[in-house]
Amino acid sequence: MKLIVAFVQPERLNSVKQALYEREIYKISVTNALGCGQQKGYHESYRGADIEVNLLKKVRLEIAVNESFVQPCVEAIIKGARTGNIGDGKIFIMELVECIRIRTGETGGDAIG
Amino acid sequence: MRIGKLMTMVGVVCGAAGLAWANGDGQPTAGQAMFTANNVWMMVATLLVFIMNLGFAAVETGLTRAKNCVNILFKNTIIPSIGVLTFAWIGFGLMYPGEHWLAGQWLGFKGLGLSLPAGGATSAYQPGMTYWTDFLFQAMFAATSATIISGAVAERVKLAGFLIFSSIYVAFVYPLAGSWTWGGGWLGDRHFHDFAGSTLVHSVGGWGALAGVLVLGPRIGRYINGKIKPVMGHSLPLATLGVFMLWLGWFGFNGGSVLSADPGAVSRVLVTTNLSACVAMLASTAVSWAIQKKPDLTMILNGCLAGLVAITAGADCVSPGGSVAIGAVAGALVVVAVFGFDRLRLDDPVGALSVHLVNGIWGTLAVGLFGTVPEYTLGTQFLGVLSYGAFCFLSAWLIFRLIEMTLGIRVSADEELRGLDIGEHGQEAYGGFQIFSNQ
Repeated sequence: MKLIVAFVQPERLNSVKQALYEREIYKISVTNALGCGQQKGYHESYRGADIEVNLLKKVRLEIAVNESFVQPCVEAIIKGARTGNIGDGKIFIMELVECIRIRTGETGGDAIG
Repeated sequence: MRIGKLMTMVGVVCGAAGLAWANGDGQPTAGQAMFTANNVWMMVATLLVFIMNLGFAAVETGLTRAKNCVNILFKNTIIPSIGVLTFAWIGFGLMYPGEHWLAGQWLGFKGLGLSLPAGGATSAYQPGMTYWTDFLFQAMFAATSATIISGAVAERVKLAGFLIFSSIYVAFVYPLAGSWTWGGGWLGDRHFHDFAGSTLVHSVGGWGALAGVLVLGPRIGRYINGKIKPVMGHSLPLATLGVFMLWLGWFGFNGGSVLSADPGAVSRVLVTTNLSACVAMLASTAVSWAIQKKPDLTMILNGCLAGLVAITAGADCVSPGGSVAIGAVAGALVVVAVFGFDRLRLDDPVGALSVHLVNGIWGTLAVGLFGTVPEYTLGTQFLGVLSYGAFCFLSAWLIFRLIEMTLGIRVSADEELRGLDIGEHGQEAYGGFQIFSNQ
């Protein structure tokens, strides 16, 4: 079992979700996130003054998957989020020790699926 | 001291005004007092129509997404000023040419700019108002008509292109079309009746909106794989506030269109106007509840406006029963039209087409059905609807296409996804708040 955490551009979320659906990955958590990476920031202006917005809006995806879904999941996120520009985001993959479905008490791969 | 000074000034001003039009013994005549009362009501009505612009701004902002909020507010703020200025410059002369017809009774022009005609500040100009009030009241109508379009093209139209379109439309198309009926043109001669502008204001705006929607195409993500995906507005409280503001303004829009404070006529118009709005809300509630299983607030808000648009053409010549019938149909029609336009893949974020175009047409035809004046026939009303439809839609489509081919009319896909607030203005509407910018 792996936990996949990805940060992507907010406006790409929809296409990421679609790409995941195509690969039969339906379970996903999304949170709003602020972050700073290589993109550094952008400029807004307010009443004539320039504001550098350093922390950019991103969305954070968390997807817990069984081993066989790791590769499709990564492919889907890349397919949906990639524009080729700086700021497209990152994907982190980590080991997942345990997963328990609260309603039934199932554990492990059954609980994820 | 300061209060004393102020009182003296007020006294001097009142004295001067009194001298200007008092009779021999220094007392105003009954006719002059009446004229003042009429003119005051017309100025109040003008202010009510003015505040409708805030109503439109609130409705359109509420029914669209937070990421396009600055852009919508910007458009709704600048359009009234463009409308009033162009109307002062050329629109007023085009719309009310008086005797100065250039081509049949199709095109006339009284002249550029504003200048007080002889007796323009007295009842010799019009029994109900001065030249100045007349101009400002009509200018507010022009501004309202231009504002209708902004909601329909929201969330994807380029700011510069939209401003150019609106300026041309409100400066030339709106007043020229208006002159055919209100300016004493060919449709007015044929007894085409549009009391306060179901067609002349709302449909004219609606046809422009339809052309815009067709040229622009739907927002990204609205119609996917043959399915209709809703794009939720971000503030229904704001939309509700806007509808109440418009409802309030409509008392001036219709009530002022009597063009005087004639007690019987104005109060009757207020009653028919309000009855239609109330019934339309009930009708849209019923239809929305039946079709969608639960009553949709945005449909009821559209329903209220639909009832108001529909009664606008005949508010002075239908019975209370007639206004109830007009409102009932309007309320049902608006809900069905919202679904219908979606089926046709015409993406209208705020329902401007369903409210202003569809119900502008319905209200105009309804004068022929429910009007108590025999000269207003269904045939003439239909002729009017067709003429305005053809002229306004074609000119709007042409202007939009020309802008599309030169400047471009639609923002890039990237900008649309990120929001027009950052793209067009470099600003956010809700600084410091965390909004879901993936919507």
